[in-house]
Amino acid sequence: MSLQQIERPVVFGAGGGPNLGTETARRGGQAAGRFLSRYGVLLGFLAFWQVSSRAGWINPAVFPPIDMIVAALWKGIAGGALLDDIAISLQRSGTAFVAAVLVAIPLGLFMGQVRAVETALDPILQLFRQTSALALYPVFILLLGLGETSKIFVIFWATLFPLLLNTISGVKEVDPKLIEMARVYGASRLTVFRRVVLPGAVPSIFVGLRLSATTALLLLIASEMIGANKGVGFQVMNAQYNFQIPLMFAAIMLLAGLGLISNYLLVTLQRRLCRWSDAAI
Amino acid sequence: MALAEHTIRRGEVSIRDLSKSYTIAGRRLSVLKGLNLDIRPGECLVIAGASGSGKTTLLRVLAGLETADGGGVEIDGRLVSGVGTDRAVIFQEPRLLPWLTVLGNVAFGLEVRGEDRARAEARARDCIALVGLGDFADAYPRQLSGGMAQRVGIARALTVQPEILLLDEPLGALDAMTKITMQEELARIWSEENVTMVMVTHDLEEAIYLADRVLILPKEKGRAARLIDIDLPRPRVRSESRFVRYRQELLREFGLH
Repeated sequence: MSLQQIERPVVFGAGGGPNLGTETARRGGQAAGRFLSRYGVLLGFLAFWQVSSRAGWINPAVFPPIDMIVAALWKGIAGGALLDDIAISLQRSGTAFVAAVLVAIPLGLFMGQVRAVETALDPILQLFRQTSALALYPVFILLLGLGETSKIFVIFWATLFPLLLNTISGVKEVDPKLIEMARVYGASRLTVFRRVVLPGAVPSIFVGLRLSATTALLLLIASEMIGANKGVGFQVMNAQYNFQIPLMFAAIMLLAGLGLISNYLLVTLQRRLCRWSDAAI
Repeated sequence: MALAEHTIRRGEVSIRDLSKSYTIAGRRLSVLKGLNLDIRPGECLVIAGASGSGKTTLLRVLAGLETADGGGVEIDGRLVSGVGTDRAVIFQEPRLLPWLTVLGNVAFGLEVRGEDRARAEARARDCIALVGLGDFADAYPRQLSGGMAQRVGIARALTVQPEILLLDEPLGALDAMTKITMQEELARIWSEENVTMVMVTHDLEEAIYLADRVLILPKEKGRAARLIDIDLPRPRVRSESRFVRYRQELLREFGLH
């Protein structure tokens, strides 16, 4: 908690005083140090890749140098070739994710409250959760055809469970002592839910949201690799078939980027909503 | 600055033939048996007793969190069933909502009773000042020490202006120094707020410091509970000889002299 507060970004040039120059330099040095300790290994890895590929230590046909990948990525985006793929991928995973949120959070809140419902539904939920969504994909294709619906549905299916189960456990793990406290003050069931249970479950719901977002991207790629002619996942496969290895890596990087962005957005939202919690990372 | 101006003294409790038992692992365990007691309006009654004597159970029945098996509790002539706005409970743990600030937590009690936010917060600010936390209204519970958090719990109970304040070992989790300060605070709040206070404690010195009367629940069920009047002027001095004598008397009650 205190570390996070200390690590707030330093505002350069703020304030004043006689030692402003040295102070700024010192702070700059500290900021650089922090940056290196955080991203040094990553930068080293990328540099190693670049050098080994250029020097021929690894096969550049399989691992093209970083600059070629970046160039391919730039060409794909600036030239517009990858934009369509990005749009369709975002649409698929986004639709499925939003649908999962709309179903899982209300259902989870309800199930966590009503013990009988939870007891009755838990075994079948556990069964569904343990059944790989990818294994069920052929079933969904049979039912819904090889179009968009089955793709969105398989992503929806896989993202539903982490969110649902985390919402349920979030509701169930709200401290019963706090609920009792609210009751003593005469809170109705609805008020207890709105003022105690719901806010108490938010951190756990966010754990579910972040797991689901990761799962959504994973399933997006898998479904696009199986039967699509568009999408970032499709581009990874297609580039490999056509031996456009830099483009293949560009698409992979794009996917990693999408994952990082979605996680970043969720973390930011979580920080905003859970400012009270020191568990909010 | 008395926040509650009662013209008619209220907060009279009468406990009639109260019994309560639990079933644990198939065995029936009697906790309270045939208890009769009148609590005078505005008095401070401290319930002491060995662990397992049913102190907390009695308090929870008074709060309406447990229902009695036999007998009943009347408050100002009305039979208690369930929780009520005439009572407020202060628990051993502060039980603060971690997502609300001190102000939000203290206003919570009034807000759930349907008071509008602005008025609840205005009243909450008065109570926060009363427990000496005026500068911490915007702090979150995780930023508070144990004693401060407990003060917030006390302020929250005071905002709803209860006739009867029920305290379940409220200072039990605090360190010795904080405890003494908080006992003084409680004595001050009790006299300023003109409220009936029923408090459970296992700390005999605390009992003598705060109580008008100490109720000692028997360990063996069926034996009569003992009531001891603490006839000392306030504010009380712990080192005074009569205080010490009361202490010895209470210790004897527990067979611990």
